[in-house]
Amino acid sequence: MRTFPIGGIHPHDNKEWSKDKAIEVLELPDEAKLPMVQHIGSPATPIVQKGDKVLTGQVIGQSTGFVSANIHSPISGTVTNVDMFPNGQGQRRMMVVIKREGDEWLETIDRTPDHKRECTLEPKEIIAKIKDAGIVGLGGAQFPTHVKLTIPDGQKAEVVVINGVECEPYLTSDYRTMLERAEMVLTGTEIVMRAVGVKRAVIGVENNKPDAIKHLREVIARDGYHGIEVMPLKMRYPQGGEKQLIAAVTGREVPPPPALPISVGAVVCNVSTCVAIYEAVQKNKPLIERVVTVTGKHLNSTHNYLARFGTPASRFFELAGIPEGDVKLLNGGPMMGRSVVDITAPLIKGCSGLTVITGAEAARGKELSCIKCAKCVSVCPMGLEPYLLSKLAKMQKWDMAEEHNTVDCIECGCCSYTCPSNLPLLDYIRIGKQTVSTIVRARAAANNKK
Amino acid sequence: MATRLFAAPSPHIHGGENTRRIMLDVILALVPALAVSTYVMGWRALFITGVAVAGCVVFEYIISRFLLKRGSTIGDLSAIVTGMLLAFNLPVGIPWWIVLIGAVVAIGVGKMTFGGLGCNPFNPALTGRIFLLIAYPVQMTDWTTNVPDTISGSTALAEVKYSTYDVAGNIVLDRMNLESVDFLGMFGGTMNGSLGEIASLALILGGLYLLWRKVITWHIPVAVLGTMAVFALCVALGIGGGALCYELPLFHILAGGALLGAIFMATDYSTSPMTHKGMLLYGVGIGLLTMIIRLWGAYPEGMSFAIFIMNAATPLINKYLRPKRFGTKK
Amino acid sequence: MNLLLTVLTLSLLGVLLAVILYFVAQKFKVEEDPRIDEVEKMLPGANCGGCGFAGCRAMSEALVKNDNIDALYCPVAGGDVMKSIAGYLGKSAADKAPMVATMLCGGTCQKRPKINHYDGALSCAVVNTFYIGETGCAFGCIGYGDCVQACKFGAMALNPETGLVEIDPDKCTACGACVKTCPKGLIELRKKWPKNRAIYVACRSKNRGSVVMKVCKAGCIGCGKCAKACPFGAITIDSYLAYINPDKCKLCRKCVNECPTGAINIKNMERLPKEPAAPKAEAPAVAKSETAK
Repeated sequence: MRTFPIGGIHPHDNKEWSKDKAIEVLELPDEAKLPMVQHIGSPATPIVQKGDKVLTGQVIGQSTGFVSANIHSPISGTVTNVDMFPNGQGQRRMMVVIKREGDEWLETIDRTPDHKRECTLEPKEIIAKIKDAGIVGLGGAQFPTHVKLTIPDGQKAEVVVINGVECEPYLTSDYRTMLERAEMVLTGTEIVMRAVGVKRAVIGVENNKPDAIKHLREVIARDGYHGIEVMPLKMRYPQGGEKQLIAAVTGREVPPPPALPISVGAVVCNVSTCVAIYEAVQKNKPLIERVVTVTGKHLNSTHNYLARFGTPASRFFELAGIPEGDVKLLNGGPMMGRSVVDITAPLIKGCSGLTVITGAEAARGKELSCIKCAKCVSVCPMGLEPYLLSKLAKMQKWDMAEEHNTVDCIECGCCSYTCPSNLPLLDYIRIGKQTVSTIVRARAAANNKK
Repeated sequence: MATRLFAAPSPHIHGGENTRRIMLDVILALVPALAVSTYVMGWRALFITGVAVAGCVVFEYIISRFLLKRGSTIGDLSAIVTGMLLAFNLPVGIPWWIVLIGAVVAIGVGKMTFGGLGCNPFNPALTGRIFLLIAYPVQMTDWTTNVPDTISGSTALAEVKYSTYDVAGNIVLDRMNLESVDFLGMFGGTMNGSLGEIASLALILGGLYLLWRKVITWHIPVAVLGTMAVFALCVALGIGGGALCYELPLFHILAGGALLGAIFMATDYSTSPMTHKGMLLYGVGIGLLTMIIRLWGAYPEGMSFAIFIMNAATPLINKYLRPKRFGTKK
Repeated sequence: MNLLLTVLTLSLLGVLLAVILYFVAQKFKVEEDPRIDEVEKMLPGANCGGCGFAGCRAMSEALVKNDNIDALYCPVAGGDVMKSIAGYLGKSAADKAPMVATMLCGGTCQKRPKINHYDGALSCAVVNTFYIGETGCAFGCIGYGDCVQACKFGAMALNPETGLVEIDPDKCTACGACVKTCPKGLIELRKKWPKNRAIYVACRSKNRGSVVMKVCKAGCIGCGKCAKACPFGAITIDSYLAYINPDKCKLCRKCVNECPTGAINIKNMERLPKEPAAPKAEAPAVAKSETAK
């Protein structure tokens, strides 16, 4: 069975807490806050004002530039505020607040439950529809999908890789999507194949989800999805990383930054993104909701919700019941998720799950000195030396950090996870990566000027 | 209980490995060899080990608490490992006060001067042993008390070494009678040697345990022993002679401190390279140096010196042998 | 005879090597303006980088080479030393008022309660990579002392009681290292008055007053009373935040009593006597404790 070439860890997947919970449609929020940045790239501009009436699916934030994405109203009602509000990490973001009144949708959106498979649109039209629908990578990276599907001149896509790996522990939203919405995933995949002009697609799924693999294969055989193949992958974190997945599926390694997956002929999409693409292209439905896992070992109940964006995080925690004692609330899973400190913050596009870690697990272990055990080096999936990068960032030796390829880091956290001395390796590497990236960009800009 | 909201950068879970557990694994892996030594050599083996361990722990405690004033570090159990490894490198008949001196040098000079665990450039136990070997050469090579019925009082390596030279200093392997070597005894623990190096089988068992627990990787032990075997084979082929080809490599791997060194001493974390490529080079270096010292050097055994020299080369290896960057060819 | 030979050989060898060394040294000699050494001696030698150069040596080279040295200034040495250096080089030095680093956050642990427990690496920069910090204020001091680490003059210290960084104005050389380090941009180089007197708004929150009041009792709510009271037009309000321009402020102290939250700090000076219509009772108490320090 295939997997990526170097590094990686085997954390307990903890998916048993929520994997058998079918997707429930969460009731509409009474108030939705929509940040104007729910994607990588330039922020969207709010095009509604206080007092405006909006319908479900209406554009409220206009994308600015190529690498940007539209924001749509997930509910119908009145705009009550356009101002700075804290996100889950307390950072101030421009948000549009909508108070719900009824549930009125835009006329153009096809709300019938029928599955519509046939697509005769030209690639350009597909990409335009995806762009209008404000679709971004729903696996967590939030990279605008239309940018990904626009193949740069001189390069050619050879294979579409669909990410059904969900290697992050706890999360089950992609798993439930593959089980319950397989037709949408597959039709979405077909549309992506059409958009980038390839005949072959591979859905990579880790072997801890045998029923998802089985179900997808059954649907492919039953409905005749030609050119789409399901590839079981050996369970290993971070297989869901774009570069790791491409290496696992195709055996090709994407060269170091700034090279993109397309340089080895691959276009990667998450399974949930495929569902969004299907809905946008076939049903005219913009991205206004997603499947989100609410999970944790000590919650009263765990769920997989289909929820509208803008729903406050507090609503999910209320429904699940946060236990007393030490807790850590996470937007995402425990390996790459971000700590949530403000639960008034809304659900956003990139949030595939809310994980609650409790008790002693919530706290980090005591830091000891590095014993040079080299475990971080052997688990790094990018072939870096985390112990060294961390030290260099701490000492602010940016030039040396650059020399040791700190910008390659994908922040998967394998190094910190494995460190027997509990060193916060990634904490410092992240600073190094950010600083060096800034330096590199500034240098490139200066060179361009010359 | 009040709810406390934690916040930290990712990752939010930990694999659960810790320094103390790793050290405990090494201690457990050393226990079989200690048991065999105690069985073969008597209670004195246990006594010497106890003195070395106690010495190392007490000195580390004193130095970290009262000299460096930064809280005791003995909780990570690394001092116990150092003590055991030091004892394993000493002849069992050595006076106990020499063991204590070795412990002071190992912990004081070899480890704490550099900042404690993880910062030492040389294996502390080896530092102690080499100091003692130079300071007390007579006591350090007195093997008479090892096994009650051994009369010769020298190790197999020494026997081979000093009988294979003629007056002019040329190797005359004809004189070496490998047929008299008791290979089974070398496996089981009845060969002559330092406290912990005699029980080859027990050491290999310990090594397998460490591999299974993922405390060490195969790279260093295999590189060291493989190099030694290949080197010995080449020497045997160069001299000619049927049985030698098979016996000389095995002899060198089993004799002296080869196994103890390759599995437990050379794999010491802070003094060995960080990458697998580096580990292989480091292991090959140790193997080569050991064989060169054994065959042509002044000492019958070269493991300690070889590891010591390669320890010094480790920073250089780390600098030049880096892991394969993802997405590049090499 | 042997002895003599040995001595002779070694002596000859020594002489030979000395000659070679001499010629090599001559050949590779770097011609350098001797004044650079002199100027470097006059500079403090802290190598802090406060001047914008890599160190005092680089600064001396620039001072010697450039004809116009108005833009060059060593904040550590101060105006007098710069003048003497300029005099030595026969150039003219620009007048620069002495500055002092000032930390613009008054959100102590009591006034700005912690609402979560940070558990990562103890560094403000690390905190800043993913969230705002342990309190509800997105602008306030994180309190892990990156600036204290950056200060080469021991002028900064974390006060464990307030959770804030304190700057010793006598030790501060205004090199600006802390200003660059603070991820929240809370440290400003302000004009240094005699006796370390100072008046400044100890808040950088651009949040609305209502939001500020929820998370911090010492924050500026942007009410604008101080701006109205200021006779010199030194106070401006931007994004719900008052700012006292150090170049216009004359330390008249009229604004201090106006502030309803005590966000305006006054150092090493008495407050103006309270007027009958003094604001809330809490504010003076705060300022008094600040003055006492």
